[in-house]
Amino acid sequence: MNTRFATVAVLTSALALAACSKKAPEELPPPPEDVATPTPTPTSTGPAVGSMQHFIAAVGQSNTVVYFETDRYNIDAEDSAKLQTQAQYFSQYPQINFTIEGHADERGTREYNLALGERRANAAKNYLVSIGIPANRIRTVSYGKERPVALGSNESAWALNRRAATITIN
Amino acid sequence: MKYLIAATFAFVAAPLAAQNQDLGEPIPEGQDVETIEEEGGLTGSVSFEGNLDDLGIAIPAFATDRNVATPANAQGTAALGVELARVITADLRNNGLFKPTGPDALPKPSFANINAPAWATWSNRGAEMLVHGYVRARSDDRLTVGCYLYDMALQSRLVAEGWVVSPADWRRAAHKCADLIYSRLTGESPFFDSRIAYIAETGPKDNRVKRLAIMDSDGANHRFITTGRSTALTPRYSPDYKQLVYLSYVDGNPRIYVYDIGTGRQTLVTQSENPTFAPRWSPDGRYILYSMAVGGNTDIYRVSAQGGRSERLTDAPGIDIGGSFSPDGRQIVFESDRSGSQQIYIMNADGSNQRRLSFFGGRSATPEWSPRGDQIAFTHIAGDFNVAVMNPSGRGFRKLTSGWQDEAPTWAPNGRIIQFFRTERNTGKTSLWQVDLTGENERRLPTPVDASDPAWGPILP
Repeated sequence: MNTRFATVAVLTSALALAACSKKAPEELPPPPEDVATPTPTPTSTGPAVGSMQHFIAAVGQSNTVVYFETDRYNIDAEDSAKLQTQAQYFSQYPQINFTIEGHADERGTREYNLALGERRANAAKNYLVSIGIPANRIRTVSYGKERPVALGSNESAWALNRRAATITIN
Repeated sequence: MKYLIAATFAFVAAPLAAQNQDLGEPIPEGQDVETIEEEGGLTGSVSFEGNLDDLGIAIPAFATDRNVATPANAQGTAALGVELARVITADLRNNGLFKPTGPDALPKPSFANINAPAWATWSNRGAEMLVHGYVRARSDDRLTVGCYLYDMALQSRLVAEGWVVSPADWRRAAHKCADLIYSRLTGESPFFDSRIAYIAETGPKDNRVKRLAIMDSDGANHRFITTGRSTALTPRYSPDYKQLVYLSYVDGNPRIYVYDIGTGRQTLVTQSENPTFAPRWSPDGRYILYSMAVGGNTDIYRVSAQGGRSERLTDAPGIDIGGSFSPDGRQIVFESDRSGSQQIYIMNADGSNQRRLSFFGGRSATPEWSPRGDQIAFTHIAGDFNVAVMNPSGRGFRKLTSGWQDEAPTWAPNGRIIQFFRTERNTGKTSLWQVDLTGENERRLPTPVDASDPAWGPILP
């Protein structure tokens, strides 16, 4: 029980992360295309502060994305827990600016989905701002239904695509 | 504070440098087509009284006075005469009306016959109508194309017209002839001599390449405008075909650009760091409607096509987006989710008197006002996505298609055919389709690759 609690504490604590070298960088997903310039290599062997790998290692992959019901954009309890975890990280590293991508599922018309994705990205942004992250550190961009992560045409795929994904940039 | 201003400035300046990075070579502007009177002109009445679907039309090769080489094709004006008749035949056949027979199955009339058909040659072929025409090379390198429609039963001429075109525009003469025949026999306005802007799609569902492309109404003269490095969406031709508005992610954000055909240059529709979507032209080309999200809330704005200050037309909390002018430019139908789901609303062109039009169950989206003014086409969402029409008072609902996901209707210039795109379940493959107002005649428009977001322009000037 105690050990388990300790593990959770390590995962959610940004402080402990740089030292956590159990996950080899090779196993982590590649950075998104948005990362234009390579981040400066820190002295340690872990992912660079501000890189997507570092962010994912710090907060956990599942905490980087919040999901929405069809046509909805409200932040529910599960979403706010994820965003609080993100906020801890961004408070820890005030030099990091980041992007929230808003997405919609394919079962919507193209233009409405662009506006809906923008609304979802802003809902996540507004929550982060409400708990102390400065608005000028957060960029939002909507991809509407243009960039699905789940490719089926069924409810479980659509649920995964209705999302606001936080991406770190330098 | 100083820091903030500097940051904002940099944000606006960056897209200006980046915004041409996704454009290919500029495409040339089209030449004007000059209409000339043919001897005889419009005469007589049509003898045929049956269903137009059964109307047989014989379209033999167009004759030439002298077979000479032309920049329009490699084989000279005689071969071009065959091509002209083929294009006309395809136009009329694909429209679903008429039973045209093309030049490959018919004898070739002589140049002298164009004015005086050899009736005996045609009387036993089961065609009620006969098309004759000619192509002649002019000394200035342009071409004259004449088009004659004859009623076989009356052995009389119904209509005749001619056009002077640059060699590159020879297909336009064929479309003009098809339009002349279609209009004379149906009483409807023409639509073949027009172009379509759309988005060409390639690649897997999670990494689609989307390029702005244009083509003639029959799919010919296909050209890509953007290279595909950035996602391009939702184009619209200006009424004079000199510009295109569309959405591009070329600077990393969704923004509306105005692209100049001919110069190949483009500008942002508005200088703002906010995302902009859903561009539309006013029927006179003087205004552009666009939608802009500010803090997540999307509203509709209007700006002069020359640039300048934007005027905000909606201010409801929620997503107000799209918009399509009535043909007289006085009203706008648009989409809003202010009631909780996507529905269609109407307002005056200055944004006043906003009220809901759609009460059909489910959701209603992407309204497009017919160029005739009598119908509004839209996407009806009730389980599946289908193209439907209603009249401008919100009544007369009719569903025209039954695909899994049919969306984004756009009208033929004569308001008689609707084009839309269809997405296939699971694969995400897209294609362009046309349907008439009965919903009975549906056909796929062939495109080189997958296709979406069609926008049909008006009759070419």
